[in-house]
Amino acid sequence: MRKWSVMRWAGTFAGLVAAPGAWAMDINLPRGVTPISHQVFDLHMFAFWMMVGIAVVVFGALTWSIIFHRRSRGHEAATFHENTKLEVVWSIAPFLILLALAIPGTIVLVNEQNYHHAQLRIRVTGYQWLWKYEYLSPAAKPLYGFYSRIALASEKRMTRDARLSPWSDKHYLQDVDHPLVVPTDEKVLLLITSGDVIHSWWVPELGGKQDAIPGFVTQMWIKVEKPGVYRGVCNQVCGAGHAYMPIVVVAKPKREFHQWLESHEKGTNMAKLKAAAAQAPALVAEGTE
Amino acid sequence: MSSEMTEGYGHADAHHGPAKGVMRWITTTNHKDIGTLYLVFALIMFFVGGAMAMVIRSELAEPGLQVVNPGFFNEMMTLHGLIMIFGVLMPALVGFANWMVPLQVGAPDMALPRLNNWSFWLLVAGMTMLVSTLLMPGGAPAMGWTMYAPQVEQTPYAFPFMIFAVHMMGISSILGSINIIATILNLRAPGMKLLKMPLFCWTWFVTAFLLIAIMPVLAGGVTMLLFDRFFGTSFFDAAGGGSPILWQHVFWFFGHPEVYVMILPAFGIISEVIPTFSRKPLFGYTAMVYATASIAFISFVVWAHHMFTSGMPTSAELFFMYATMFIAIPTGVKIFNWVATMWRGSLTFETPMLFAVGFLFLFTIGGFTGVMMALVPADMQYHNSYFIVAHFHYVLVGGTLMALFAGVYYWLPKWTGHMYHEGLGKWHFWLSVISVNVLFFPQHFLGLAGMPRRVPDYALQFADLNLLSSIGGFVFGATQLIFLYNVIRTMYRGKRATTRVWEGAHGLEWTVPSPAPYHTFEDAPDVP
Repeated sequence: MRKWSVMRWAGTFAGLVAAPGAWAMDINLPRGVTPISHQVFDLHMFAFWMMVGIAVVVFGALTWSIIFHRRSRGHEAATFHENTKLEVVWSIAPFLILLALAIPGTIVLVNEQNYHHAQLRIRVTGYQWLWKYEYLSPAAKPLYGFYSRIALASEKRMTRDARLSPWSDKHYLQDVDHPLVVPTDEKVLLLITSGDVIHSWWVPELGGKQDAIPGFVTQMWIKVEKPGVYRGVCNQVCGAGHAYMPIVVVAKPKREFHQWLESHEKGTNMAKLKAAAAQAPALVAEGTE
Repeated sequence: MSSEMTEGYGHADAHHGPAKGVMRWITTTNHKDIGTLYLVFALIMFFVGGAMAMVIRSELAEPGLQVVNPGFFNEMMTLHGLIMIFGVLMPALVGFANWMVPLQVGAPDMALPRLNNWSFWLLVAGMTMLVSTLLMPGGAPAMGWTMYAPQVEQTPYAFPFMIFAVHMMGISSILGSINIIATILNLRAPGMKLLKMPLFCWTWFVTAFLLIAIMPVLAGGVTMLLFDRFFGTSFFDAAGGGSPILWQHVFWFFGHPEVYVMILPAFGIISEVIPTFSRKPLFGYTAMVYATASIAFISFVVWAHHMFTSGMPTSAELFFMYATMFIAIPTGVKIFNWVATMWRGSLTFETPMLFAVGFLFLFTIGGFTGVMMALVPADMQYHNSYFIVAHFHYVLVGGTLMALFAGVYYWLPKWTGHMYHEGLGKWHFWLSVISVNVLFFPQHFLGLAGMPRRVPDYALQFADLNLLSSIGGFVFGATQLIFLYNVIRTMYRGKRATTRVWEGAHGLEWTVPSPAPYHTFEDAPDVP
């Protein structure tokens, strides 16, 4: 293990020096594949560059002072110690900067929380430590659903006495047995709740997260623009298995998705889920809201 | 006993000296002794909490589980947070207050010396009880220092002990705060008007009010948890008509001002150190006082920015977003004033100044990420990721801890009568400031790329940066041993410190000899 660490360290260092571009993908928010994720990404970058701008001014002044106003260069101390005009200026300037950030922030938030006109609704329930997904009918009856837990390949590698190295599993801790399947180009509303403690459903490429809270339903909408596989994690510490309840979302083109859903709706899972739903009528009722 | 001594002027110092042996420390009511106790206690807990951080970083150095099991990892993560907050940063700042507030306002001691002793030993009892949960069946609390319901209810034996420990530490904080307020309001030397007080006293004055306001809220919250578990109530249980979100509101109503409890006195220390080594008075003293007070006020109405992803209505999200952004204005004013204090000064860079400048850079970076996180939609991505971990470690390690180091090096000569070893101090600074960035800067990237916080294991694409972060962590941890050695060394040897210690130092504490005698200002000093 140790030798391996040294090699990874050397590799990291080489990567930092030689090819910053090669790992640039992994150090920022993904731009994502939903309208909201794009807006969030743009907001994030806007805020980031604003902060860089302030940093240049503040750290510049600080560095200037450190270099040129030191006693070892014979600099004599000035005696000024207040200036009301200056205090007013540097209270108002940040206010204007914050205003410039708050306006796009508000717009994106309003878009993010516009849950109307969803074409498909999916109930997401977190448990210690797996997820349940249920496709709801317009009357909020579950049509088809399944549990989604960590893939066997990860499970074989994630304990202390595991014989297999995590490195032999490409999607270590990022793969599940049954991924959530969603259509592209349809507004999908996720109704998120929990069966035990608080969890949080986060897929960075879908633009954000919502907490899964027992007794409450939180909402989040996605409209995936590109077919593909998008991976995420539980984002709220929920016990010893918190790191082991990954999320995988597979986006399929509309037609393909509906074929998939229809073929599964008739499967054996339906009766089981209807029984499960009957035990939790409160949640169904809240889902119809 | 010492409260009566203040009457007796003209006795030889020997009569007023401390009791001998260990009873001196157990029964002491002397503000300097109690200040020392707080600081030593914080130093010990710093290494306990730091050792836990080393366990965390060891496990996270590589993907897969190598060192500990996930359950124990969560215990480490929880205790690391609780210990660093309640056992290190707060006690260290209270230690500074005990030592320096009476010296800075020209008071013979704290206003309530026996209460002072009681608040210290309550803290020790509470912290001991908290750490002892590690030995209980089922282990220590493991849900993070935020103690979110309903998961907290899954804590086995440790549960009531954790709550009782929180109660004891809370009472200790409240009593300590009452003492600080009473001292500042009643024991200032004649002529020491409130707006003439050193800024360190001002920041603690404001902080003490914050503590008195928020600690009862936490105490009420954890008592509700206790009732839920043992007496059949369901404050936080949706099945019984309660709400897990209520816990989050109660907790963060305490928790957010608590953050400012940890940073405001640090602002105070920085405001003492920078003018001294710039040889220039603090720029905008009055603005600094008002900024401190406004930060404290606004800190009461921003708590739900910790809960942006909990499904609040849009209007509430907007309110908390705007309020949070607003706090950046007085904080910015403080940064600008410190920079203006240094501007056109005559700067020298002894160790306290180095740490103060380190504070300015690192705390400001933490402030930048703080503003970014205030934007609700962006926070939907940042929330609970390693980006947050990076943010609050920049603020608390890069901010408060750097300020504490600055303060220790600054006042250590006054406390011990010896100068610390300047070369070791500089090594301590440079190794700390480099390793702390290697440790926490990559965590911004990890969070943005999708790594959640509070996990013992992670996906392969996070491996490189985690290893880098762990290496930074180990270096940072080892570097603190230099600090430990330097402090212990200074207690026993080193160049004798002068009364003034620093050429540019101003204030009453620099008018008493070094080391400060056991009793000072038995007669009120003249305030210039």
